[in-house]
Amino acid sequence: MSTNEHVHKKKLTDPPKTIKFKIQRREKEGADARWETFEIPYRRNLNVISALMEIRKNPVTAEGKETTPPVWDMSCLEQVCGICTMVINGRVRQSCSALVDDLLLATGGNIVTLQPMTKFPNVRDLKVDRTRMFDHLKQVSAWIDLDGTYDLGPGPHISSEVAHERYVYSRCMTCGCCLEACPQYSENQYIGPQAIAQARLFNMHPVGKTEMDERLNGLMEENGIANCGNAQNCLEVCPMSIPLPRAIYETNRDITVNSLFGWLKK
Amino acid sequence: MSSSSLKIAIVGGGLAGLAAAMRIAEAGHEVDLISVVPVKRSHSVCAQGGINGAVNTKGEGDSTFIHFDDTVYGGDFLANQVPVKKMCDMAPQIIYLFDRMGVPFSRTHEGLLDFRRFGGTLHHRTAFAGASTGQQLLYALDEQVRHWEVDGKVNKYEGWEMLSLVLDDHQVCRGLVAMNLQSLELKTFYADAVIMATGGPGLIFGKSTNSMTCTGSATSACYQQGAKYANGEFIQVHPTSIPGEDKLRLMSESARGEGGRVWVPKADGDVRPPQDIPQDERWYFLEERYPAYGNLVPRDVATREIFQVCLEGHGVGGENQVYLDLTHIPAATLTDRLGAILEIYEMFVGDDPRYVPMRIFPGVHYSMGGLWVDYEQRTNIPGLFAAGECDYSIHGANRLGANSLLSCVYGGFAAAPSAIEYAKNVERGSTETNGIHEAELRRQQEINDSVVKSSGGENQYKLHEELGKVMTDNVTVVRYNDRLKATDDKIRELQERYQNISINDSNLWATQAVPHARQLKNMLELARVITLGALNRNESRGAHYKPDFPTRNDEEFLKTTIAEYTAEGPTLSYEPVDISLLEPRERNYKKSSH
Repeated sequence: MSTNEHVHKKKLTDPPKTIKFKIQRREKEGADARWETFEIPYRRNLNVISALMEIRKNPVTAEGKETTPPVWDMSCLEQVCGICTMVINGRVRQSCSALVDDLLLATGGNIVTLQPMTKFPNVRDLKVDRTRMFDHLKQVSAWIDLDGTYDLGPGPHISSEVAHERYVYSRCMTCGCCLEACPQYSENQYIGPQAIAQARLFNMHPVGKTEMDERLNGLMEENGIANCGNAQNCLEVCPMSIPLPRAIYETNRDITVNSLFGWLKK
Repeated sequence: MSSSSLKIAIVGGGLAGLAAAMRIAEAGHEVDLISVVPVKRSHSVCAQGGINGAVNTKGEGDSTFIHFDDTVYGGDFLANQVPVKKMCDMAPQIIYLFDRMGVPFSRTHEGLLDFRRFGGTLHHRTAFAGASTGQQLLYALDEQVRHWEVDGKVNKYEGWEMLSLVLDDHQVCRGLVAMNLQSLELKTFYADAVIMATGGPGLIFGKSTNSMTCTGSATSACYQQGAKYANGEFIQVHPTSIPGEDKLRLMSESARGEGGRVWVPKADGDVRPPQDIPQDERWYFLEERYPAYGNLVPRDVATREIFQVCLEGHGVGGENQVYLDLTHIPAATLTDRLGAILEIYEMFVGDDPRYVPMRIFPGVHYSMGGLWVDYEQRTNIPGLFAAGECDYSIHGANRLGANSLLSCVYGGFAAAPSAIEYAKNVERGSTETNGIHEAELRRQQEINDSVVKSSGGENQYKLHEELGKVMTDNVTVVRYNDRLKATDDKIRELQERYQNISINDSNLWATQAVPHARQLKNMLELARVITLGALNRNESRGAHYKPDFPTRNDEEFLKTTIAEYTAEGPTLSYEPVDISLLEPRERNYKKSSH
């Protein structure tokens, strides 16, 4: 038997009768934002998504005014697809894994505030368009260039250590928390930690290495890695605990080494 | 016609859809890839434990034939055997291909791929990347397809939902109509062939382990336009899920593959914390009843046992829950091999499974049934193909763990050349100019318009909840004919009430109300297929269990159920199962030799 080192999580012992959700509304991109508050009865085991589903069923504000149902994105509800990311009580995170009890414990009140991410176009209410994150992956050639997908036998031997290190980066779900929290990131200004970590993921692979030049060149464009201000907010907010500053540091090192040896054909 | 001008539309960007897209692009053809979410967020990310392939690196004498035998036996002999054999034969090279794409598979000390055990087999046959294998495999294909997108071979339509097929006068599929989920704009897609890769219909059961995109809506649309739907009644209920308010979160079978043990206190109502209950006061009921496979019996067996133990009042605290215990395994080993799923449990429940046994209960997980396809992934509609969970072809009456990622990739790899071959030879005629696409678009626009206008007193989300409840109560682990009949009556009542829903959103930009209304209509149609398939199968086989007909009846029911749409409801017929390679035999997981 393993020794019991487990520390029990603090539980909400005295829950309120109702919870208020203060939600930032916007009818469409470019429209003015406004706030609406909804009040629902407290239930055990609520997360932000199940509260939103409850509100969607019958969208009436706390003041009794009928309104439109709030719009948000959701899919896996297990914090692995990344789609339901929003700003909850001022912090960017996935709404599926934001448990209402924990939010109430942290604030001591009965109000939960929901806002869309601010670094991406706001489609409506809590829904944003993160297409550019996928475009960033193109900029850094985030893939292994195969000879073909037919049967060519196993891949290269890889040590368990390298596999582990790569696995950590490979868990990035393109949620955008790191970009939301980064003081340097904004459209076209800076590619941000997400894409740099993906470049690192492929640069670490024995075959992926052969296209390292291409990836590093992608990161030396105007919006590239040089824009990082080393605030390290990305590390704080990454739900997958990806060591993003390390990826940035190591990629910078690769750029220096490659420049030194003149491998980069700029 | 030059073959370079082929255009194939793929609906769904999970593992099966991306696998097909990659192969079609590689063959030099063009793909329109339609997906309700950015493809990297597809439900395949939720698969945790691994992917099967008899690579035989553990000196156990494993072979692709044993994998094939385990799969057919695990599926209670309902699967046509030829495609299953093809899949198992291809499995090792599929794993190697993912290895070459850079998937960070867990590895042995020597740097080779590691394999672990899974349910329904006695071999270490499951390659894995920690406990997020589906995520890792999906990302690998996402990366390859993004590369093809940059090369101009793949056009992605993310945030579009397929509404219907475009069929010509001869019932040949010529493309499809899809809706943009922001603007509600409808668009026709011309295609020489269409591949459905839309996953499962878990949302019909309300809460399941599925993602919120898994409505089965697009497959239901195909069914309503004439595609045969096969073995709909075979719904897998996963033995170990974490009950939640919004969904049932999966607790991977790999937890048991790595040594996890299922138990309840021997004394009903024992209120002691699980750690304080001594070994000899715990009832390890799976190990006791199935000495050969123990906790790794197939899912249908484990689910029934857990369900029954709770029904008889032996569940933890008298509730619907049993312990899944990992605490005898060193915490560091658990973190290394299962980290991702332990985090999910800790995040949503608050206890750390490294130190406290998990509380779990069965939850709806997977559909073995789906669109009928032949051995080349062709549906009965010329020009329409299907692959992955939305096709019925591989898993028979019960799917083995870690065979789903495999069947998705296999299905995609089989559908791609089949669709190309078809497209090369199909006569196009005047299909691009004869107006059938525009006519279908108009028909879909009219449906949208009527949905928007409908202003009755029914709440569509409430109807969906009622559907989920009645399906979960009556069409999951244990099935009785009177309750199945009552369920079908209830579904028809919901269909009536659906006519009176109102869209409670006056802002149609990016509204969820219109897409949900359209999905709900399709879910109701498919729910009848599942329920009536179950009602008419008077035997017990794999995941389909009727206490009134407790044994498998090969004489009457070694047959595939085929449902065909009529306005009055599904018409059922049966076709024989291909048993050309293995003689059906009784399933018994108490002993080790099959």
